[in-house]
Amino acid sequence: MRISGTAVYVLWLREMKRYSRAKSRIVGSLIQPVFFLAFLGLGFSRMAVPGMGTGVSYIRFLVPGILGMSILFSSSMQGLSVLWDREFGFLKEIMVAPVSRLSIVLGRIAGGTTTTLIQTFLVLIPAVALGFKIASAPGFVLALLFMVLIAFAFIGLGLIFASRMKDMQGFGLIVNFVIFPLFFLSGALYPLKNLPPVVRALSLADPLTYGIDGLRGCLIGAAERPILLDLAALAGFAVLMLVLGAYFFEKSESV
Amino acid sequence: MDAIRVDNLLKRFEDVTAVDHISFSVSQGELFGLLGPNGAGKTTTINILSTLIRPTSGTAEVGGYEVTRSRDLVRKSIGIVFQEPSLDGKLTGRENLEFHAMMYGIDKAERRKRITAVLDLVELSDKAAVLVEKYSGGMKRRLEIARGLIHHPKVLFLDEPTLGLDAQTRRHIWEYVRKLNKESGVTIILTTHYMEEADFLCDRIAIMDHGKFVALDTGPRLKDVLGGDVVSLEVESGMDAFLAEIRGLDWIKQVHVHEDVLHLTMDRGERRIPELIALAQELGAVVTCVHLRKPSLEDVFLHFTGRTIRDNEAGPGERNRAMAMGPHGRR
Repeated sequence: MRISGTAVYVLWLREMKRYSRAKSRIVGSLIQPVFFLAFLGLGFSRMAVPGMGTGVSYIRFLVPGILGMSILFSSSMQGLSVLWDREFGFLKEIMVAPVSRLSIVLGRIAGGTTTTLIQTFLVLIPAVALGFKIASAPGFVLALLFMVLIAFAFIGLGLIFASRMKDMQGFGLIVNFVIFPLFFLSGALYPLKNLPPVVRALSLADPLTYGIDGLRGCLIGAAERPILLDLAALAGFAVLMLVLGAYFFEKSESV
Repeated sequence: MDAIRVDNLLKRFEDVTAVDHISFSVSQGELFGLLGPNGAGKTTTINILSTLIRPTSGTAEVGGYEVTRSRDLVRKSIGIVFQEPSLDGKLTGRENLEFHAMMYGIDKAERRKRITAVLDLVELSDKAAVLVEKYSGGMKRRLEIARGLIHHPKVLFLDEPTLGLDAQTRRHIWEYVRKLNKESGVTIILTTHYMEEADFLCDRIAIMDHGKFVALDTGPRLKDVLGGDVVSLEVESGMDAFLAEIRGLDWIKQVHVHEDVLHLTMDRGERRIPELIALAQELGAVVTCVHLRKPSLEDVFLHFTGRTIRDNEAGPGERNRAMAMGPHGRR
């Protein structure tokens, strides 16, 4: 299948324009992580985090988790935005164009990843203002890679669901029964060590677990697993979900 | 060469047969209409021809390319205006056109030229920088028609182009469509459930019902099936003698008497009325009222399907659409 660079670019460009015009969307999606950071971070600031070694305050532990949460929500919404395009008819305009479905998927991933990263940086600013310190510059660069991979994985997941659904009816179900469990299983807010074995086993099937642990390793220098292990697991999930997302999108009927 | 050739096309959705073995061809430059009630299979036919869905069986060629085997080539040769809006409301009119032109691989200089040209054609040049969500229904429609033309398609599909528009805008769009067909020679396939629209625009009309074509011909010839115009005469006195004479005329095809009104079927009724009046006077019959009715497509539809198109309003298609809007409202 041929990839059309122009098509990928124009789909990306569309997403940038839409994003820059959706002021309320930007503010809305910032509020939640910032509230989490401010209230949880300050409220639990005196608590020790079990199993993370000494010197890791709760706010340091929390920030990578909140970044991961922000990426999870933003990127899965990006994947699911196919549903909106279907609802508002624009999907048909995209689908009758003489470009391969693969180009369309790549365009969406490019657009979704960019907006997700912008969003994540916007969350990082108040975090730093609240006293969060990034461990090292190379760690930050590696953290970027983690962010991109988390975004890939959940854009892929969103695409899988959006391609299987005909309309918006199931949207709330997906948010409540897929996105939130993925968030709570990931250890974004608390260490997974103390969870019952069954839940802990489940959490290992959640790509975000590796993403957030990796972000912790990169940004605060303390994590449950070696960074490379997190990276490998997350990359595996990302590739798998993207391939599945592209496959289901290709198979989906556009009307 | 035919612009479109369809052979024995069938589309089944689970338990519903939406398109039931239809065959037809459309020649280049023709303005072809698919007329039928909601749920007749018009949109499904268009969706198959525009590669959006695959047929269950049968073949269809558009611009010489088979719709399942050569999807990309078909997509390059067609423009389409969907029944429901398919614009991005968060982009401006010009940006929607830019998006389209880039998806069709038109380079920058050419793009600018063509966008200016199509915006002029649909008289939206001064609204090009406005977000589409601020457009009225008619403006959106015109923008979509403009968009369908940017890549110079060989065939343009218009699926219910004037659905839900006011009479004035509808008239406006008819003028555009006609001008376009005559001036650029683009083949146009139009679906509609408005009789007057099919009548006004189309070279040939296929009447579609339950997935089948029940008739296919030019508008005038479809009406000929009904036998011609109906001239009604109200006769106050002298009916019997008049009627006897009338029955002897070979150019009158049918005679119906309803109380003191005489309904006569004939060709070119307007030319026969003076003759009828003269005859009545000669026989001493007093005609107090004359009415001429040209057969409409509505009558033709009734003739072929056994019901009027209005009986079919708010069919399953429209109900689904209302439901698909869901509780979430607009973004």
